[in-house]
Amino acid sequence: MSVAPAEVDLPRSADNPITDKPWVTIVWNDPVNLMTYVTYVFQQVFGYPKKKATRLMLDVHHKGKAVVAVGAREAMEHNVEILHGYGLWATVQHDN
Amino acid sequence: MEPFRRTRGGGVRAALAPTETSLLRSLVGQVITLIAPDGPPQRQLDDLLDWDAPADEPETPDDPVLARLLPDGYRDDPTASQEFRRYTESGLRSAKHQAAQEMLDTMPETGGKFQLTHDQAQAWLKALNDIRLALGVRLGVTEEFEEQWGQLPADDPQWAAYEVYAWLGAVQESLVQALA
Repeated sequence: MSVAPAEVDLPRSADNPITDKPWVTIVWNDPVNLMTYVTYVFQQVFGYPKKKATRLMLDVHHKGKAVVAVGAREAMEHNVEILHGYGLWATVQHDN
Repeated sequence: MEPFRRTRGGGVRAALAPTETSLLRSLVGQVITLIAPDGPPQRQLDDLLDWDAPADEPETPDDPVLARLLPDGYRDDPTASQEFRRYTESGLRSAKHQAAQEMLDTMPETGGKFQLTHDQAQAWLKALNDIRLALGVRLGVTEEFEEQWGQLPADDPQWAAYEVYAWLGAVQESLVQALA
């Protein structure tokens, strides 16, 4: 089963600021999940190209967490539900 | 074990030794029991019909392994977390149970070569990860796993579990590489 891309909201990045979507999906660092697996999950769930998925995975690994998607609350909750299905440690957060 | 390789149809193939198969069966069986404490078929049916929907709000599980397999949806907002859990936990349990059961059903009976379709491989990926999460939490694994393991005396009762954990990582890694 390949999971269809959940939401196609662009994640926040320096060159692509999104200010009108105040909810975020955060993935937290975890000592168990393999780096290659986390990259693969980002590609599967969000449809991100490998390069971007790898960069996000490295952010999680080095910074302890990364915002992997930005958008409406319901969409972020849907992301988190799917990521929990893959065993990633993900949460929804209001982006104040 | 022969590592996973991609097949022409988009699936994967590998081979397991008989001892590896029985080990995996036992581990995935433990995840199934953990995820569906009331027994798999009954639990599934009940979930489907919503007969035993708890009257109380579901809480973050006390067992750290279950808390990791079924994590909170919000980090610093218990109310939102509980609400999230109320709507998602049952489905998450069912999905994890289903993946683990599919892994069990598609494993070679006594070891040897076997093939998985793309969908079956996805189920293996998730179920293998849940096994590693469960074992990792029980062992208290950190990012310095190799050092942790290296510092264990050879006669430590947990030594074998560390070895299994490391092996499971290699199995999952080969599956990810074959699919990626």
